[in-house]
Amino acid sequence: MKEYDIVIVGGGPAGLAAALTAASCAASVLLVDDGLQLGGQLIKQTHKFFGSSEQFAGIRGIEIADNFIDKIKKSPNIDILTQATATGYYEDGILTILEGLNGNSLVKVKPRCLIVATGAAENMLPFINNDLPGVYGAGAVQTLMNVYGVVPGEKVLMVGAGNIGLIVAYQLIQAKIKVEAIVEAMPCIGGYWVHASKIARLGVPIYTSCTLKEVRGKEQVEGATICNIDKKFCFISQSEKDLDVDTICLAVGLSPLSELLWQTGCEMNYIPELCGYVALRDENMRTSSEKIYIAGDVTGIEEASSAMIEGQIAGLNATASLGFYHKEYTKLNSKYKRQLSQLRNNIMSEAINRGIQKVIIQKGETHVYSH
Amino acid sequence: MSIPTNGVPVKEELEQVIPPAEILAKGPVVVVECFQNIPCDPCAASCPSGAIQPFEDINNLPTVDYEKCTGCGLCIASCPGLAIFVVDINYSDKEALLKIPYEMLPLPKKGQVVAGLDRSGRKVADVKVARVQRTKNKTNIITIIVPKDLAMVIRNIKVGDEQNG
Ligand SMILES: Cc1cc2nc3c(=O)[nH]c(=O)nc-3n(C[C@H](O)[C@H](O)[C@H](O)COP(=O)(O)OP(=O)(O)OC[C@H]3O[C@@H](n4cnc5c(N)ncnc54)[C@H](O)[C@@H]3O)c2cc1C
Ligand code: SF4
Ligand code: SF4
Repeated sequence: MKEYDIVIVGGGPAGLAAALTAASCAASVLLVDDGLQLGGQLIKQTHKFFGSSEQFAGIRGIEIADNFIDKIKKSPNIDILTQATATGYYEDGILTILEGLNGNSLVKVKPRCLIVATGAAENMLPFINNDLPGVYGAGAVQTLMNVYGVVPGEKVLMVGAGNIGLIVAYQLIQAKIKVEAIVEAMPCIGGYWVHASKIARLGVPIYTSCTLKEVRGKEQVEGATICNIDKKFCFISQSEKDLDVDTICLAVGLSPLSELLWQTGCEMNYIPELCGYVALRDENMRTSSEKIYIAGDVTGIEEASSAMIEGQIAGLNATASLGFYHKEYTKLNSKYKRQLSQLRNNIMSEAINRGIQKVIIQKGETHVYSH
Repeated sequence: MSIPTNGVPVKEELEQVIPPAEILAKGPVVVVECFQNIPCDPCAASCPSGAIQPFEDINNLPTVDYEKCTGCGLCIASCPGLAIFVVDINYSDKEALLKIPYEMLPLPKKGQVVAGLDRSGRKVADVKVARVQRTKNKTNIITIIVPKDLAMVIRNIKVGDEQNG
């Protein structure tokens, strides 16, 4: 069985950044991802990113992924496994991986340290006929369009005006698909207003305090009814409106994909601000299990920019815990942490900051490490 | 209805970002329609004249020193929010020149007449395309000739049969 200093599960921005950082500390690294190619969410993001121009702001997600993947392929200490799903981590420190398109070959590896960067899964919404073909998650639509070049339908209702709903609506229009409307249950648009304005200028109405009530259709989606809601999220009678759509796109949030972490036995907690169950961690991204680190959306739903920095922190500290200190360890560690807190120093990050306070294992807090 | 509820800024919101009349009278100048504190700063880094001031805090709104702005338009394509425009109110007696970011296909051709849309995507005039600049980052810049009184109204164009309301 092959042994590695560091095994990283998840090849999105968090995992990619963690792999490069760990490799720069001379550790041997295995990067495992279940996709056809590395990149996670980035490979479908054709829009320009926000954030600091010192990092990747103004650059499109796909180009950020290409840039990382290029460096990773050139790094002699990183092995890559794609189309490979990590299925379990056991008491003897062995990680099991199902490899191949049908997942029919079992690989076992032994990491000295594990970094879990599995990202997130899309949330579903209850409404009448939500199981009809034509009801998609926004992320699925983005993958179909931007990775595989397949249009999901002709006339779309987007549910959710967070950044994902707004961005995917824009990309649908770029693909020449008509977006009939965007509905948002909250009284205000949750995503960036600049994205909303971009959509509004294309003639797409955004209805706030409004939700999807019902989808009609026999074999597939043939129409939808939207309805205004009051402050208590109850339908306002007589405010229904019928839309002629064949596709419903749900952009109603993501939840951390934490199954693997549950299975490792590290301490988990339900934190609404971080959008689900997440692992407790210290400021170096170490969980309550001494050998397990986390980074990215699996630590709480946030952004690619924060995922990359968390990946760098996890990569740097996981290798340091094995005795591979980067020659500028102290400088880099404080630089990354500073960047992260700058990024989170705005009103939109208030919930995230509150959530992190609830899961952080303080320095000096005695923690009995399992494993 | 205002930008937080439907994405369309109202008069009071626009007043905060439209350059003063005496600045507009001097020639081409930037209009930065960025209303929300979000972690974003590429506009400042892209401006060669230092007109968009460096951000003290990345979450601040951009601040513009209009005296320094040459109207070059380099900042337009840098903005991930497509929130930056350049207006030259003095193009002719009755017309203004407007540079807008554009990420749809097909691109219009120079000289083509296209629909000029307002901030809610409504057609308000036919406008003529004066220039099409393709940029490396694929946010192309279209220069259009618009009626003077619509220089602060038109913010998009419709070329082919892509969506509008
Ligand atoms: C439409 C949209 C627009 C966005 N726009 C922006 C933006 O402008 N700026 C920004 O900063 N962020 C943006 N984001 C957010 C950003 O994409 C995510 O926050 C970021 O990708 C999270 O990175 P990650 O590495 O944690 O997870 P992911 O990118 O989700 O990567 C996780 C990877 O792990 C793999 N994986 C999961 N479980 C396993 C397993 N058991 N075994 C093997 N592999 C596994 C997954 O398949 C995936 O490839 C956007 C997101 C979306 C959906
Ligand atoms: S138009 Fe040119 S000078 Fe004016 S703010 Fe933009 S980049 Fe700077
Ligand atoms: S680049 Fe655009 S969205 Fe970002 S701060 Fe500047 S104007 Fe606002």
